[in-house]
Amino acid sequence: MVGNLLLRGMMVGVLAGLLAFCFAKVFGEPYVDYAIAFEEHASHAAGAAGAPEKPEIVSRATQAGVGLFAGLAIYGAAVGGLFALAFAFANGRLGRMGPRSVAALIATLGFVAVVLVPQLKYPANPPAVGSADTIMARTELFFAMLTFSVVLMIAAVMLARRFAGRLGDWNAATAAGLVYLGVVAVMFAALPDIEEIPASFSPVALWNFRIASIGVQAVLWSSVGLLFGAVAEYAARTSDASRHPSGAAAFR
Amino acid sequence: MTNAAYVTTAPTTARAEPIPVSAILPWAAFGGLMLLLTVYFVGAEEGATSLIGGSFVHEFVHDGRHLLGFPCH
Repeated sequence: MVGNLLLRGMMVGVLAGLLAFCFAKVFGEPYVDYAIAFEEHASHAAGAAGAPEKPEIVSRATQAGVGLFAGLAIYGAAVGGLFALAFAFANGRLGRMGPRSVAALIATLGFVAVVLVPQLKYPANPPAVGSADTIMARTELFFAMLTFSVVLMIAAVMLARRFAGRLGDWNAATAAGLVYLGVVAVMFAALPDIEEIPASFSPVALWNFRIASIGVQAVLWSSVGLLFGAVAEYAARTSDASRHPSGAAAFR
Repeated sequence: MTNAAYVTTAPTTARAEPIPVSAILPWAAFGGLMLLLTVYFVGAEEGATSLIGGSFVHEFVHDGRHLLGFPCH
């Protein structure tokens, strides 16, 4: 049962990764190219006599083609699998929601917790933005924010379930959402900001890159949510039909 | 007639039986770990930390890593 869900989630995730790839190719790649051109221009200007060119291990064409696709498909498979595990826990435990609604809710909350909140604090950066010296600190802070946001979101959902009986579903969910936002706000204030944008880097390109980055994730998460919901709904219907072959009278 | 249509669609909106937590946990532990490791390889390997060394993984998934919002370099 869970193994089946996991497999379906990962397959749906690869498909979502393909859709995200199409979006990334059209809306994201132009700004990656701009940033790399900027980077090369800057390093030429800085050290005409300086360091020799780094050898290219993977060509730009591969990075922007097969590499981009592989990265998004593998990430999509992982998101799809983790999504399926979340679905296994949530389905039947969140009030009277059907499988499609549960999948849509997980996709929305997952997008907020995994993408929106961490990226509002530490936005996506194109090449050339961010100093190589701070990669350690930036990675630690980003993953700390990500982990914290996800754990907090899970806690908020558990909180909402716990108080649903006393406050009603809607009020309990609203209260838990406010708790999530409140703690996230404290976290935003407590963690250091990182601003390492080169002075002459185009603000328009930076803005468009960051919006494209959120867009890539939005395509991925909404596709996983909708596709997984459809698959789970179909599976529930066929298993229901096989369990109750005698017809409508047997349905609860 | 509208009644009959309602009856046939009712089961899909009915609440599903939850899968027991004890049945999910082994999958969540093992599968979850594998999937998180996968995210690590796409998102962070050969950036701040490196498990297998070199820079091929980093360079290969480079654009995806940037566009997914992970700190890359």
